[in-house]
Amino acid sequence: MSQSRNKMTSCLAKVFFAALFLFSSFSMSAQSSEATEVANEVAAAEKHQEKEGVDLKEMIFGHTGDAYSWHITTVNGHPISIPLLCILYGQNGLDVFCSSNLGHEGHYTEYKGYKIAEEGNDAGKIIELSTGKRPWDFSITKNVASLLISCALLLWIFLSIAKRYKENPMSRPVGKQALLEPLIVSLVDDIIKPSIGKNYKRYTAYLLTAFFFIFLNNILGIIPIFPGGANLTGNIAVTVVLASLTFILTNFTATKAYYKEIFWPEVPIFLKLPIPLMQFIEIMGVFIKPIALCVRLFANMFAGHTMVLILIGLIFIFGQMHVAAGAGISVLSVLLIVFMSLLECLVCFIQAYVFTMLSAIFIGMGQVEEHEH
Amino acid sequence: MSLLTPDFGLLVWMLLCFIILACILGKFAWPAIVGMIEKRGNYIEESLKKADEANAALANLKEENAKLLAEAKNERLEMLKEASRLKDQMISDAKTQAIAEANKIMESAKESIQLEKDNAIKDIRTQVAELSVTIAEKILRGELKDAESQTAMINKYLDEVNISKS
Repeated sequence: MSQSRNKMTSCLAKVFFAALFLFSSFSMSAQSSEATEVANEVAAAEKHQEKEGVDLKEMIFGHTGDAYSWHITTVNGHPISIPLLCILYGQNGLDVFCSSNLGHEGHYTEYKGYKIAEEGNDAGKIIELSTGKRPWDFSITKNVASLLISCALLLWIFLSIAKRYKENPMSRPVGKQALLEPLIVSLVDDIIKPSIGKNYKRYTAYLLTAFFFIFLNNILGIIPIFPGGANLTGNIAVTVVLASLTFILTNFTATKAYYKEIFWPEVPIFLKLPIPLMQFIEIMGVFIKPIALCVRLFANMFAGHTMVLILIGLIFIFGQMHVAAGAGISVLSVLLIVFMSLLECLVCFIQAYVFTMLSAIFIGMGQVEEHEH
Repeated sequence: MSLLTPDFGLLVWMLLCFIILACILGKFAWPAIVGMIEKRGNYIEESLKKADEANAALANLKEENAKLLAEAKNERLEMLKEASRLKDQMISDAKTQAIAEANKIMESAKESIQLEKDNAIKDIRTQVAELSVTIAEKILRGELKDAESQTAMINKYLDEVNISKS
């Protein structure tokens, strides 16, 4: 008993340290961009949970990760979830079926030769039973469903606003239009125009879409019930795509002066010949910039979600120890969760803003003109 | 946990959805929204400028009106003055003319009176002369009834003539 209590205490300390670490990194990560930071976070999160009886790890990764069905709640051991569509291309060709055929967590069932792996590298993903490998998986997972919902929402919002602008061009803005107009104006006038310069019009479509896509999905991410709670922007696949698009736009529409600064920068000759030191640093910079962009957004959103989940998890860990302890800590936890959620609301905006601003700045760097000497 | 390894399916869906989203919004939403905001901004700016100009013009107009009014008042005053001056002048002119006319009439009256008087005097004189001749004739006739007296008289006259001749 005392041994288990000791274990519990040490585990709690770790949880607290992890929480503190996440919190500090979270508040700093708006400026910092190191990928290692995230790796550390993940390692810390994983390490402290391996020893733990309460499946905090399961809970956190279950909530922040992807899933084949949209889990809402579990009543008496029966999960209530919205089944989604599985689209797989395996050895038997294309298979499309409803995810409810695969069973639910803890009771995965085999269907058409596919099953959700319970352990190993592909745990939680569909594998082919015959080979034990992943098929080409284009399933409408929870994240994809959320992506489709957010795209539909964005289309509806902005096409209806655009319609209103076309129909009543000179009247005062109302409704959604009045809400979003200041945001659009400030993005275009304060970020896009000054950062990019005279060619800014080519990039407004991408930058504005990216901003509102990230902002909406951040917001949807902190709404705990359907259609929110999917943590789309806290998923590395999404941020990789966004950062790649910024990378492509920056480098494929860049001016000659930009490439000259990379391959033949104006520095003393021994820095670039015979060892291409500067070129190496510049080329590294070209790739590090979008990577930082990708990791920053992912880490911030993931960390925010993890923080809230850890705070909720605390209630159950203490509750396992003693009912009173659980009740006591729940007050503190709820207060902290409210605080964190408010902070998250701020972060939702800041991260979307920072992503757009940095993308605009990077694109602007690619638009440098040959300066006079 | 594949936290740091992007899931291929989601990657493809994200790329597809985001590019389609950006294309649709970039074609139908952003140009309309940003363009209209810019256009409306310009329109508002222009309208404000025009309103300012109109206000300035109105103020100018008011000033001009006031000026015109003042001018009109002045003119009226001037005209009134002129009219009263003219009236006075006319009156005084008429007076002097009347006096001159009256003088002239008096003059001519005096003249005609004088003429009448002269004529009357002349008339009287002729009548007096005629009367005296007649009287003298009658007297002469009475005196020269006889030849003696006549001769005496002739002599007397001859003497007189002689005396005066010598």
